[in-house]
Amino acid sequence: MDPVFLSGQLFTGLSVASLLLLTALGLALSFGLMRVINMAHGEFLMIGGYLTFIAAKVAGPGFLWLAFPLAFVGTALLGALLEATVIRRLYGRPLDTLLATWGISLILQQGARQIFGSTGVPVTAPDWLNGAVTVHGGPLDSLTFPYVRLFVIVLSALVLGGMWLLLSRSRFGMHVRAVNQNREMAAALGVNTRQLDMLVFALGAGIAGIAGVGLALLSPVNPAVGSAYIVNAFLVVVVGGVGSVLGAGAAALLLGFTTALAEGLTSSSLAQAIMLILVVAFLQWKPKGLIPTRSRALEDA
Amino acid sequence: MNKTTQTALLLVVAAALIAAPFYLGAYSLTLLGRVLALSIAALGICVVWGRTGILSLGQGLFFGLGGYALAMHLKLAATAKGELPDFMVYNGVENLPWFWKPFASAPFALAMVLILPALAAGLVAWLMFRRRITGVYVSIITQALVLAFVTWLNGSQGLTSGTNGITDFQTFLGIDLRSSGAAGEAVTHGLYWVTLLILGVCMAGTNWLLRTHFGSLLTAIQGNENRVRFLGYNPAAYKIAAFAFGGLLSGLSGALYTVHLGTISPAMIGVTFSIELVVWVALGGRASIVGAVGGMVAGQLAKDKISSAVPDAWLYIMGALFVLVVLVLPQGVAGLLNRRRAAGVAEVDTGRADLPLPSPSKTGEQA
Repeated sequence: MDPVFLSGQLFTGLSVASLLLLTALGLALSFGLMRVINMAHGEFLMIGGYLTFIAAKVAGPGFLWLAFPLAFVGTALLGALLEATVIRRLYGRPLDTLLATWGISLILQQGARQIFGSTGVPVTAPDWLNGAVTVHGGPLDSLTFPYVRLFVIVLSALVLGGMWLLLSRSRFGMHVRAVNQNREMAAALGVNTRQLDMLVFALGAGIAGIAGVGLALLSPVNPAVGSAYIVNAFLVVVVGGVGSVLGAGAAALLLGFTTALAEGLTSSSLAQAIMLILVVAFLQWKPKGLIPTRSRALEDA
Repeated sequence: MNKTTQTALLLVVAAALIAAPFYLGAYSLTLLGRVLALSIAALGICVVWGRTGILSLGQGLFFGLGGYALAMHLKLAATAKGELPDFMVYNGVENLPWFWKPFASAPFALAMVLILPALAAGLVAWLMFRRRITGVYVSIITQALVLAFVTWLNGSQGLTSGTNGITDFQTFLGIDLRSSGAAGEAVTHGLYWVTLLILGVCMAGTNWLLRTHFGSLLTAIQGNENRVRFLGYNPAAYKIAAFAFGGLLSGLSGALYTVHLGTISPAMIGVTFSIELVVWVALGGRASIVGAVGGMVAGQLAKDKISSAVPDAWLYIMGALFVLVVLVLPQGVAGLLNRRRAAGVAEVDTGRADLPLPSPSKTGEQA
C-alpha cells in the first residue's frame, strides 16, 4: 500500500478513535461503577453536537469558548436528570437499564428530528482551525494533517489525561474506585454512593457532550449520529475491560486503527464488519478485555 | 385467572384467528399474517431470554439469515434460466456467486431456512458461552454481530442487492404469489393459514420443550448458573442449545415474514428491529409463551395503527412505552396477570446493587 495513503488512513483512524474514546469514557464509568448500560449515551454526543451548532449561531466565528461549557454543562445536567428519574430505579438490573435507556434514546432522537430536521446541521470551524500541516519531501511527501482533526485528537488526549488525574489523584476519584471495587464496603466506610452515582453519570454525559463539539467540527450533526456511535463505543468498553479508563483508551485506538486499515484494504462497510468480527474473536482470547478488573467474586459481570 | 378460564380464553382466541380470513379485510389480514410470522421470533426470545436469562439483541441476524435464504430461492425462481438476478446485472456481476447456486433448489432453500440460522446461532453461542461471556456482554456482542451483518449486506451491492434488498418475487413452490382476484385471495388466505399453523406448532413445541428436564435446566441456569454447574451439568451446552433453538425460530419467522412482505432488506433486520422484537416480548411477558406472542402481536398492531395515524408521535410513544414497561411491569403483562409468579419475581427484581446484604437469588439478573 502507498505509505502516504496508509499514513493518512491511520491519521483519520486516530481522530475517529479520539471521538470514540470520549464517547466510551462515560460508558466505561457508568457501566463499571453502576452496571448501567446506557443506550442513550450516543444521544448525549448528539446533543453536544447540536449545542455546538447553537453556540456557533449565537457567538459567531469564535464560538468554541461558548461551545465547550455549553455542551458540557447541558449534557451533564441532562445526564443528572436521567439518573434521578429513571436510572436510579433500575440499579441491579443491567438488562433493564439497557431497554429503558433505548426508549429514552428514541425519544431524544425524535425530539432532535423535530427541532433540527432529519438532515445534518453544519458547523463551520473557526478560521484558525481551517488549514492543514503538509509534509514536504521524504517518503510521506504531500501527506496532510488537517488542523481540525489534530484539534480533536489533542482534545481527547487532554480529556483522557484529565480523567486519569481525576480518578487516580483526587478524593472524588478514590471514592469512584472504591465503589467500583466494593460498593457495600465503600458505603459502610462513609462514601455517599447515591450522590457519587449521579455525579459520575453526569460527568460521563458531560464528556460525551465535549465529544459532540469535536463531532460537530468534523461533520454535520444529525439525529442518527448517536446510534452510529453507540455500538462501537460499547465495544470499546468491552474490549478495554469494564471500568478501566486506560483500557478504554487502548481499545479505542485499537478499534480505530483496525477500522482505518481494513478500510484502506477493502471497502468501508466491509471494514466495519471485519472490525466487529475481530472484536468477537478478541473476546475469545481475553473475555474480560485488555485491562480486566480483578475480583474474587464468583459472579463478576 | 384459573386454568379453565385460561384454556377457554385461548380456545376463543384460536378460533377467532382461524376464522380471521372470513371477516377481516385484505389489508388487515395481510397485517395480521405478518405479525403472526413475527411472533415466531418472539417465541425464540421467550426461550432464550425469558427462560434462560440471555438477552440477545441480535435476533435480527438469525431472522435475516432465514429471510435471505428463502429470498434467494424466490429471486432465482423469478429469474429466467441461465440469466442472473436483475440487481446482479446492474452491478456488473457476471457469474452467479457460489453461495447463490444451491438456493435454486427449493428443498435446499427450505432446509437452509432452518439450518442456517440454527447453525449460526449455535456457533455464536458456542463462541460466547464456552468462554463464559455472560449478561450484558452477550447483549452487546450480539448487537455488534447484527450490525456487522447489516453493514456487510449494505456494502455488498452485487451479491445481496445491498440496501435495496431482494424483492420482485413471483412464484413460491409453483404457486403464483402475484395472482389477483379469486386466485389471489386463495393465495393470501392460504399463506395466512399456513403461518397460523406454523405458529401453533411452534408454540406447542416450545411449550413441550420448556416442560421437559431440558426446560427446567434452562430456568435453573437463569436462577443461578453456578449452582447448576456445581450440580454437575454443563450450563454452556444447555445455553448453546437454547440459543440455537431461538435462532431457528427466528430464521423460520424471517422466512415467513419475507413471503408475506414480498421483500427483505437490511433495514428490516437491523439493530432497531432486533431491539424492538425484544421490547414487545418484554411488554407481553418474556417468561410466558402466550405473553411473548401476545406482546408481539399487540405491539406490532399498535405500531401499524399509531405510526400511520400520527407518524411523528410514534417514536415518542414507543420510547415512553419502553421506559414504563421496564419501570412498572418488569415481567410484562403476563407477569401482572399471573400473581403467584409476579410475587416470586418481584423479590428477585427489587435486588439493588447497593443494598448491604445481597440475596443470592438476584445474581441471575446481575451476571
